[in-house]
Amino acid sequence: MNSPRATVSKVLTYSIVDGPGNRLVIFLQGCNFNCACCHNPHTIGECNHCGDCVPACHADALSLVDGRIAYDPVACDHCDDCLEVCPISANPMVREYSVAEILELAREHRSFLTGVTVSGGEPTLQLEFVIELFRAIKSDDELAGLSCFIDSNGHLSTSGWETVLPVTDGVMLDIKSFDNPTHQALTGEQNSKSLESARTLHAAGKLYELRFLLVPGKTDNDAELDSLIGFVKELGGGTRVKLNAFQHHGVRGEALGWEKMSEAGVERAAERLRAAGIGNIVTPAVYL
Amino acid sequence: MQDTTRKLRGIANDATLSPAQKRHYLALEAENMLPYPTLDAETQEALDRRIICDMHEGHAPYKPRYVLPDYSIVLEQGSEYLELPVPKTLDEAISTLMIAYHHVPSVTGIPVYIGQLDDLLLPFCDGVSDEDLYEKIRLFWRYLDRTLPDAFMHANIGPTDNRVARTILRVDAELKQTAPNLTFLYDPQASSDEILAIASNNIAECCKPHIANHPVHAAAFDERGYGIVSCYNVLPIAGGASTLTRINLKEVALRSGGEDDFFAKQLPRYLELNFRLTQARVDYLFDESGFFHSFLVAEHWIEPERFTAMFGVFAMAEAVNALQEKEGRAGRYGFDDEANTLGHRISSVLAEAVSKRPLNNVWRSRALLHSQAGLSDDVETTPGVRIPYGTEPDPVTHVEALSPHHQFYPSGISEILTVDESVRNNPEAIQQLCKGAFARGFREFTVNVASNDLVRVTGYMVRLSDIRKYNEQQGSRTNTTVLGAEAADVTGILERKPRVVANELAPGHGQ
Repeated sequence: MNSPRATVSKVLTYSIVDGPGNRLVIFLQGCNFNCACCHNPHTIGECNHCGDCVPACHADALSLVDGRIAYDPVACDHCDDCLEVCPISANPMVREYSVAEILELAREHRSFLTGVTVSGGEPTLQLEFVIELFRAIKSDDELAGLSCFIDSNGHLSTSGWETVLPVTDGVMLDIKSFDNPTHQALTGEQNSKSLESARTLHAAGKLYELRFLLVPGKTDNDAELDSLIGFVKELGGGTRVKLNAFQHHGVRGEALGWEKMSEAGVERAAERLRAAGIGNIVTPAVYL
Repeated sequence: MQDTTRKLRGIANDATLSPAQKRHYLALEAENMLPYPTLDAETQEALDRRIICDMHEGHAPYKPRYVLPDYSIVLEQGSEYLELPVPKTLDEAISTLMIAYHHVPSVTGIPVYIGQLDDLLLPFCDGVSDEDLYEKIRLFWRYLDRTLPDAFMHANIGPTDNRVARTILRVDAELKQTAPNLTFLYDPQASSDEILAIASNNIAECCKPHIANHPVHAAAFDERGYGIVSCYNVLPIAGGASTLTRINLKEVALRSGGEDDFFAKQLPRYLELNFRLTQARVDYLFDESGFFHSFLVAEHWIEPERFTAMFGVFAMAEAVNALQEKEGRAGRYGFDDEANTLGHRISSVLAEAVSKRPLNNVWRSRALLHSQAGLSDDVETTPGVRIPYGTEPDPVTHVEALSPHHQFYPSGISEILTVDESVRNNPEAIQQLCKGAFARGFREFTVNVASNDLVRVTGYMVRLSDIRKYNEQQGSRTNTTVLGAEAADVTGILERKPRVVANELAPGHGQ
């Protein structure tokens, strides 16, 4: 069997916001949601080699070779102008990684790492790679101590989760809205799979954090918050709930016209959750 | 003379200084009216051009720069000179220390080392309840900040996980004072993961403590041990440092034709001149000042032969970049492997030179190399071997670029890793970064969490709110705020993204 390769938007060897401790984060390209409020929209699409980005590159790091985009990482100075002009929210700078290459990076930075997180995009779209990577980490003497986390929108079936959970230590799961029409409007998809995923993960003891994005006028109303409270209670106590605040950093298009979520607004929401007996709430440390 | 009068009058009438602060600056001016210890013409010229530098310590070194008394002596034997009996209770022990501190000189007049506090106090803690211990430490901590208001005053705890260390960490996070400075000595064999986690939480809360790589430091000293003092100087206990001199590596590089000339001629030349400067200052202290006739020596708090000389260097980044330019190479220090390797080579050459040059009246007859963090009037130079402020890469890349330097600087090398506020939700990351840094050979780990009110200026802390008040002419209770304010004005640190700046000491009033 050929070892799977991943399409990777970016790799970070230092991240303190993608799970516990300092983590190696692999941002996998491609997403099955299409959220207007996405803060890294260039990870959504898959490059169709249209070539629109080539003239936008002032460093001559992009070219079309035999009808396909060729990217020169040495020439690139990471100005990200190509991401701005891409008509389909893709990323011409993606590169393919093998499991062995990621393991090598993890070894090189081992002493700085608490664990590895696959994020995205939506990492479960490249599930075969994720399973292979986590399995390899778990069976490697030097790397076995690293915790393996997934940052997901939850749009994956229970049978899908069952294939990856045995080698996964924790999942950070985003719920965009408890109201289906709102969810549909925000993401382009129904929320049923995401809700079911949360239940599956919690039952398996692998739901590290349930995340909820507060967007003013869309998901910060009392009905949403009460649904969140009810859902967390139904899961059972102790779930760590992270309230995220919609900000403009990284966002493109119509959502830039939406109001940013204020600290006071987040605190109001957190207070409502606390009053309802939800104890383990995390709010943003930084507002951009 | 008119200039002098004007200067003295300026200090006496400076409404932002307290009487004690005025006395300190006036005394410094008086000392500097004396002739300098005799230097040969070449050394004098290099000093005048500030290619080598005496940290403006003063013209008549009548006290060592840093004194690290062995406080266990006064706790075990009392003091005849101070008419102190042997303490029997925790209250008596703390009171004895509080008295002792007022008799320990330093370059600033405020003690830079207040002891390995857990080792000192634990023997008095039997039968003391946790709540009583907390209350006594809380009052002790408040006393230190209010009566010895200088963030260079430094307490050490660790490496074991013990009641006193835990209580100090609890109190320090609660009070969020600038003084005292605090270092936890970490040893993976002796420290628990739990106390490292508590220390990491404290860093997220108030940017303290520093964490020291205990096994690495211990190996560089002897069985009487070492202390971490002031803003990151590592020195022998029952001794200290007579003086700290330093070479401005940028100036040496600018005077070099290229890399070969730098290594073959210019660097050896200025190394030798700085050795001569060091020797002249040390000899004055030992042979002329009469300092060692003190009761501190008679009662064995300190031993003259345990005083080292710190041999400092700074502006490594500018030196490397200047040499890169002269050699027609584009790579910049901190980001380019070739430039970084050149920096490591310079450090290794410095260490070898220092290990070979004998000095009189110095511990083990050799100076100790030190990566020096700067003065508040340094401009266009980066402290020690650090990467220029505002351009630092992420903490992991940062550690990887600088860790090869650390083996060469036994008397201290500090990097300040800037971490954004997100870390408050994830202090475990601080713990992991610390372990990673130590695995790479870092001697010391310091984190500044961006936009805390308590902010690190080189190795000490200032309160941003204090700096704002000082600048509004209200004066400040703590001496280091004056330095921080000067640094903020000269270098614009507060506008910069990471709040890291290059000052250790203000050389004098208004400079």
